[in-house]
Amino acid sequence: MKHEFIEKNVGLLAIFIIIAISFGGLAQITPLIFQKETNEPVDTLVPYTALEMEGRDIYIREGCSVCHSQMIRPFRAETERYGHYSMAGEHVWEHPFLWGSKRTGPDLARVGGRYSDAWHEVHLLNPRDVVPQSNMPGFPWLATNTLTGEDTARKLEIFRNNFKVPYTDEDIAGAKAAVEGKTEMQALIAYLQKLGHAFK
Amino acid sequence: MSIFWTIWITVITLTVIIGCAVLLKSANTNSTGVEEGEPMPHTFDGIQELNNPLPKWWVGLFWFTIVIALIYSFTFPSYTANWNGLLDWSSSEQSVKSPEESEKLAETSHSQYQREINDAEAKYGAVFKQLAYDESGAYKDIAVIANDPEAVKVGQRLFLQNCAQCHGSDARGGKGFPNLTDNDWLYGGNPAQIKATLMHGRVAAMPAWKDILGEQGVTEVTSYVLQLSGRRVNSIEAQAGQERFAMCAACHGADGKGMEAFGAPNLTDKVWLYGGSRKAVEDTINNGRNGVMPAWSGILGEDKIQVISAYVYSLSQQK
Repeated sequence: MKHEFIEKNVGLLAIFIIIAISFGGLAQITPLIFQKETNEPVDTLVPYTALEMEGRDIYIREGCSVCHSQMIRPFRAETERYGHYSMAGEHVWEHPFLWGSKRTGPDLARVGGRYSDAWHEVHLLNPRDVVPQSNMPGFPWLATNTLTGEDTARKLEIFRNNFKVPYTDEDIAGAKAAVEGKTEMQALIAYLQKLGHAFK
Repeated sequence: MSIFWTIWITVITLTVIIGCAVLLKSANTNSTGVEEGEPMPHTFDGIQELNNPLPKWWVGLFWFTIVIALIYSFTFPSYTANWNGLLDWSSSEQSVKSPEESEKLAETSHSQYQREINDAEAKYGAVFKQLAYDESGAYKDIAVIANDPEAVKVGQRLFLQNCAQCHGSDARGGKGFPNLTDNDWLYGGNPAQIKATLMHGRVAAMPAWKDILGEQGVTEVTSYVLQLSGRRVNSIEAQAGQERFAMCAACHGADGKGMEAFGAPNLTDKVWLYGGSRKAVEDTINNGRNGVMPAWSGILGEDKIQVISAYVYSLSQQK
């Protein structure tokens, strides 16, 4: 009879289903939120500068993470090519994280320092100028769009106040001046050159 | 990981597994009061439901998954991050805080990742060592490695993977990225110099002369520079440019043949890193150039660089 009662009360059934499927998340996800390995930055992590932070937002805006992952898995085939596998502690200041889930292009988790700024500029304008077989689109507008720095200080502030990223008051006060007048290209390249710095 | 979370995970996981077993048992017990295979006492639009038991294969499979879940949860890390299960398995070292710590742990770690690395080292390490080292355990001379076709092939693979993005898959470079096959070198082409370039990178610094020379000055110096490599130019302009060239001579030499110490190119040959048209040379003088070769010692390690250097060296030796 009890069984029949549940079957005939759809709302009640839905509630029971939600409770049943939440067990998996409660056991697997909630402990991670309170675990050291996933909450504390690695010793070598340095926060993004104001310009790098703007570059990161351009990376997000242009959808780079649709084709590029930032997650090196612990397999030899990956670490031989990209470097040390990614650590949770490298990503604690990433909001949102940009791990991506598809590699049309190569992983970028440790692309910083591998190529010169000049290479990145040519490559972002028209990737085929340096990699003939590339199918990546060009991003020529990055070279002409300039940053105003209107929101940069606010961005750093949000990261400091909400995500405990150790920005100083000087960092925040100087944020606008640090990015004003710079092109989006410069910001994006600065960001790319910073990627993976903690485990190199 | 605190004891609280260990208990949290253990209680939830075991409750769910045992709960599944209890549910399965009760669902598989006939408590309806109706004989197996007989009609249940209800009809819907004339459709009858027979009291059939759950399919045996399905129930068997369900019990199987419950048993496997229990075995799996004790053999692999599950209930706590402090215990790697009966098989003592881990994917990789996930709690290290710095590259140094990771390097140190690599010696003792037996994570699946480290085992994969060790297996590969056992399989390929000796082969690779033969390419780069002699019997005494010292590096072979790069010129010697360059004569070993097997080593050059390995070097080429590494080059295609890591260097071709800038220098091209045929190593002929492009605008701003030097051609490595023409035996024309910015920082020197002997084996030791090539290796130093790969290991530590290079940073060129040609300043912008726009403000110092002015428009007229740039035109004159451009004419002189073009004349140096045998191009026909306005000789009055070139004459004036030669007088101004003293500033350039600090790096490019009085004769314009360049200086390896600064990576200042030879201006008297017909090799142009940033293009040899009048417009391109003017651009270079106006705005300067800052060619950067990244440092690879941290990314590739010296062993691989030894072999890549040999490949790069071999490219200009064939001519």
